[in-house]
Amino acid sequence: MTTTLAESATSATPAASPAADPTMNPDTKAAKTPARNGSRLAVTRPAMRVPQQKPSGKPDPTAHLSPQQIEELGRELDAIREEVLASRGAGDAAYIRKVIKTQRILEMGSRAVLLASLFPPAWLVGTAGLSVAKILENMEIGHNIMHGQWDWMRDPKIHSTSWEWDHASPAELWKHSHNELHHTYTNVIGRDNDLGYGIMRVDEDQRWVPAYLGQPFYNLINACLFEYGIAAYDLEIGKYLKHRKNGKDGKNGKDRATFRRDGTKVLHKIRQQVTKDYVVHPLLSGPSFLPTVGANAVANLVRNLWTHSVIMCGHFPEGVETFAKSSIEGETRGEWYLRQMIGSANISGSKAMHLMTGNLSHQIEHHLYPDLPSNRYAEIAPRVRDLMERYELRYVTGPLHQQVASAWMQVITLSLPNGVWENARTDPAGVARQGATAAARYGARAASRLLRRVVSRTS
Amino acid sequence: MTLPVLAPWSGGGITQRARRLAELVTTPLLPADYLDLFSPLRTGADLRGRILQVHSETRDAVTLLIRPGRGWRGHRPGQYVRIGVEVDGVRNWRSYSLTSLTSQAWQTPATPHTPATPRTSPAVRTSARDGNISITVTAIPGGKVSQHLVHHATPGTMIMLDQAAGDFTLPPDPPAKILFLTAGSGITPVMGMLRNAIDSLDDVAVLHSAPNSADVIFGAELRALAARGAIQLIERHTDAGGRVTMDDLAALVPDWAQRQTWACGPAGLLDAAEKHWGATGVADQLHTERFRPTVLATGEGGTVTFVRSGVTLESDGATPLLDAGEEAGVLMPSGCRMGICFGCVVPLRQGAVRDLRNGEITTAASPDPVLIQTCVSAAAGTCDLDL
Repeated sequence: MTTTLAESATSATPAASPAADPTMNPDTKAAKTPARNGSRLAVTRPAMRVPQQKPSGKPDPTAHLSPQQIEELGRELDAIREEVLASRGAGDAAYIRKVIKTQRILEMGSRAVLLASLFPPAWLVGTAGLSVAKILENMEIGHNIMHGQWDWMRDPKIHSTSWEWDHASPAELWKHSHNELHHTYTNVIGRDNDLGYGIMRVDEDQRWVPAYLGQPFYNLINACLFEYGIAAYDLEIGKYLKHRKNGKDGKNGKDRATFRRDGTKVLHKIRQQVTKDYVVHPLLSGPSFLPTVGANAVANLVRNLWTHSVIMCGHFPEGVETFAKSSIEGETRGEWYLRQMIGSANISGSKAMHLMTGNLSHQIEHHLYPDLPSNRYAEIAPRVRDLMERYELRYVTGPLHQQVASAWMQVITLSLPNGVWENARTDPAGVARQGATAAARYGARAASRLLRRVVSRTS
Repeated sequence: MTLPVLAPWSGGGITQRARRLAELVTTPLLPADYLDLFSPLRTGADLRGRILQVHSETRDAVTLLIRPGRGWRGHRPGQYVRIGVEVDGVRNWRSYSLTSLTSQAWQTPATPHTPATPRTSPAVRTSARDGNISITVTAIPGGKVSQHLVHHATPGTMIMLDQAAGDFTLPPDPPAKILFLTAGSGITPVMGMLRNAIDSLDDVAVLHSAPNSADVIFGAELRALAARGAIQLIERHTDAGGRVTMDDLAALVPDWAQRQTWACGPAGLLDAAEKHWGATGVADQLHTERFRPTVLATGEGGTVTFVRSGVTLESDGATPLLDAGEEAGVLMPSGCRMGICFGCVVPLRQGAVRDLRNGEITTAASPDPVLIQTCVSAAAGTCDLDL
């Protein structure tokens, strides 16, 4: 660990202005505490429910639930949480310590074997071991510790404020974009950038623009370079560029100084990671320098492809719901739970599969209880499923290959405007015609814009 | 890249450079994170100890023999050590008196120590030679850590340690006449002194209170010392004879005012002693050690101090500390504002807070801050936040 508990990495941010935040609008929430109060716990009384009109015309899967039912659902989920909290103890602490110890021994052992990676069997064994070690470190250990799942142990070495992971993105930035933004605003279009990482369209309710045509390709590149993709994402490059383009000092943009400061942190972290994997360990390997470079590159690639696949399965497969910004105004705790449940998807499989996904295979349970220890998700999963079925909500789950395929199909079909993919089967000629017309219209518009700019510059 | 470079080949001594190189190998972890797997007690590691033996003293007191890490700097008799023990997976820090011989005493041939009775663990006797230490723990009713140690401690368990601390010690040149005024587990620091210094003390009176004979911690050892004339032991069994009052003192130890007194026990005893010694004009002859931590009064709301910001405010039991702090202009770290992102955690230096989601109380006492989520915690008593 590079930081200690004392120099904890949480950065002080000024109080969020209630006025700037649509969820804090005092008119729409029936809170018992004053409107100035920024706490989301304050929203306790459900408002009247109006079924959501989805842009794609898909039905609202929660339309059949009354506000009372949703609050009852929230209470049931709170009760499950309390049960886990009450039984959390020495066994759980022993679990995470065992996983950490195993991972460290595996990583050290694999790196030791790679010292002789000139010898092909050693390369294979070392690379496989290092790949598994990196996956464990990122998923079951790093992700979950940085969520605060193990803070209750009061061990400063296994704590969300002190943990740093084997990844390009610094813990501090990742915690902000993941824990704070993604987990609070899960699947809210325009608020949760995890929904397609800001570069893709993964739900019919997201507006289509021509840039999405390339998204199967972007997704493939992103899968291979996933850790750098996440680092760029956590840096909020898009937000910064938007801010620069708008040329304003707004709360929604990211100012230059912050961007530069964060950028320095990311570069520093990447340099440390790259130096370790591609310089220091290869140098230690002496004559096995190049095979060790290759082993590290392959291990990082395997880790990237694996984590990308698992994470795609969390929110992109067919059947996962998205939400409009307006739908979370004055959201109660019950409604928040509801959104987390139908906005996530699980992966079914063996215990080994759950471990290697960092229990993100229990994505639904993780989103309901992001701060409960990951080793407890499996035992509550049947109850959460039962609860969702009782409330006639769809518990989206399936084996890894099926969910990955489903997520990729979403990425491919939604690269086109809604309906085009389906129509292409029945009426390929018509779709081609439409496509050509749209492309022509788009091209003509772009050409006229260019022409106008040239004219205005010459005149 | 124009980043501050701390390359291993530039600057610093050879050990420093070696350390930086090792850090390049292990980043983002530290070399220590790997070494701890194999050698948690090595030089340079965070100070830890391994419980070697658990020896029962009375029905509710045990002596733990502990192998301290290589960084242990020794102690003076009468001092205590803070230990970090995991109870139900949660690390808790508590202070306990050291009862073992110090390594310094062992090295002085002038003060050898022979076992007086078989009642005491031989391992405790020889602890100084092998560098082990021992603490004696009495189970307090409802005490999370003491109950755990007395009833569930097992050899092989690792604990965290701090260096020994405390001024409740004998001076290098001990006074001729001494009174140890103790009650219950208050005998433990005194036993540490007696074991180490008994042969250099001339006239020692021990006035000790316990509910009954069987509940006297180190009873057999104390009686053996008395039998060979090393101490004058006055045992008061309070089940039958009631508590020692200051009125009893003159009858029990007639020359108490001529003695330097070390007193350790419940607050009631110490308060009475301080008053009595003060009234007699010999307050400078009394040295006290208070054991029990302050009991925190918990309720609804309380005075909240943001220590580094210098802001103090009154907060009710329903307002998250995050909101209360922001309202008062304290620059609070914040995130989801609903308890899931852990972006708002700050150390609670001391005090009590209530989790607004389930009513659970979390307390912290100096010097062990506890990290709390301010967005879901309200004051449940006086709180000092490290902000």
